[in-house]
Amino acid sequence: MSAPDRTIELITSELSGGNSTAQAVVTRSLDAAERLNGTLNAFLQIDREGALRRAQELDGEPGGGGALRGIPVALKDNICVRGMQATCGSRILAGYHPPYDATVTERLKAAGAVIVGKTNCDEFAMGSSNENSAYGAVRNPWDTARVPGGSSGGSAAAVAARIVPAALGSETGGSVRQPAALCGVVGVKPTYGRVSRYGLVAFGSSLDQVSVFGLTVRDAALILQTIAGRDERDATTADVEVPDYAGNLGGGDLRGARIGVPRALLGEGVDADVRARVEEAVEAYRELGAEIVDVELPHAKYSIAVYYILATAEASSNLARYDGVRYGFRAEDPKDLREMYKRTREEGFGTEVKRRIMLGTYVLSSGYYDAYYLKAQQVRTLIQRDFLNAFEKCDAVLTPTTPTPAFRLGEKTDDPLSMYLSDIYTCMANLAGIPGVSVPCGLTPSGLPVGFQLMGRHWGEADILRLAHAYEQAHPLTERPGVIA
Amino acid sequence: MPITESDIQKIAALAHLEITDEELHTLAPQVASIVAYVEQLSELDTSAVEPAIGGLTPEGERTAAVREDRTRPSLGQRLALEQAPEPAHGHFRVPKVIASSEEKENF
Repeated sequence: MSAPDRTIELITSELSGGNSTAQAVVTRSLDAAERLNGTLNAFLQIDREGALRRAQELDGEPGGGGALRGIPVALKDNICVRGMQATCGSRILAGYHPPYDATVTERLKAAGAVIVGKTNCDEFAMGSSNENSAYGAVRNPWDTARVPGGSSGGSAAAVAARIVPAALGSETGGSVRQPAALCGVVGVKPTYGRVSRYGLVAFGSSLDQVSVFGLTVRDAALILQTIAGRDERDATTADVEVPDYAGNLGGGDLRGARIGVPRALLGEGVDADVRARVEEAVEAYRELGAEIVDVELPHAKYSIAVYYILATAEASSNLARYDGVRYGFRAEDPKDLREMYKRTREEGFGTEVKRRIMLGTYVLSSGYYDAYYLKAQQVRTLIQRDFLNAFEKCDAVLTPTTPTPAFRLGEKTDDPLSMYLSDIYTCMANLAGIPGVSVPCGLTPSGLPVGFQLMGRHWGEADILRLAHAYEQAHPLTERPGVIA
Repeated sequence: MPITESDIQKIAALAHLEITDEELHTLAPQVASIVAYVEQLSELDTSAVEPAIGGLTPEGERTAAVREDRTRPSLGQRLALEQAPEPAHGHFRVPKVIASSEEKENF
């Protein structure tokens, strides 16, 4: 049996008991990040100097910070931290240092968290394997020949390898829950409008949401309640009270809870080992007292098609800003302005980003808007209605998080469509705007993690976190990855 | 309608991307197969369905997204220019903008 995980809960009790210092905790995290980065490539920047300075401040100021005092965290490289880089995994933002903090960054800092580094990701968060980073792929700590998932693969790997107990990523179609499942950690995507995107680099604005990785449900809950809530600087954040998620995780008795299982989605295309682990999780919920009910999501099978129309259309618009004028990369010696735009974008963007900009430009182009974008928004309404109907019968919908465990590096790079299908279970929550949590539920016989996800009602994070916590308490993942701090 | 390489060239021009011939040959079939995949949506009758544009939740819709229109501190010229590839005298310098008459026909 390995030593207990250094969760936020454990670190906090060490610090408040005077058994450790923020400097010692942060040094340990920085050392692990540096030592493992040659293997995992999880970090694009490690800020030893800044992190130690902050830790020293906290040690010199008893009572400083808040619920996350002295907790080392890592942020995906598409979230702005003043004084640190924000490349989004792209050449076009190489060397870019945003002059301001994202709202989530401000809130983490105010709570006493210490940012140890910026994590690798698929370029502009476009990918499901982290192989689309201009700075090299991230490796899965459970098997370094395999992908960690994406797009927030660096944050997932950093938590799985126990470099940090929690990290931020971002989701547009599953970019936190999917790598969380593939790396054996917890991933939470909040309700659309729950967390401010001010300072998150935009990809698909009707879908994007800052999301959280944690070693445990409680860790993820603590981070979420710190960053959530209305922000005047993001007009899409809603004025809805943020509950104390971590303080209300409850016990293991789930009598009265109803969990919906869409059986039709558990058939074809799901890896047999994944299905077996997820079926066991369903049984575990039954044993905890929950009632398992059948639900139907008749339009779920269209979610990838809807997603790739909406996300690429929105991306083609959002990424128009990378033109070489105000910041980031500019091509050398262009003869005029148009050539500067074109060559800057040609040389600065990677293949997947170009592919999606092209697709998005196509579906929005003259004569096609109604057939693609409008149609996709209408089917999105049908997907939302499916969930509203399901929630008449249950409190949460349970599915696998991913159809397969972690695949090998290079396995899907030549076939974009098969890569897109990795998000088949996750992107429906982004389309419906509902929250979702991925929870580890054991390993395959070859030792790869499997995750299931619970999706809940709008603003119902507390409910799905309580259900996730009950499962985790009864069936914690006790195995550890091969690459670990 | 199948997507051709000439469609891809038009889209690239609209998106301000100067793609290479090699990219053209790989992107054309890939974009075509993705478009063929998303066309499965046409099997659904959505004539009576409202598009999901706008706030996704009633709470989001209700949240006041307007504020008083008054001047507030902003980044300032120094910080705003700090990351520019070619700042000059408080401005962003760019190459020649005005096209020759021949180039104008392409606008």
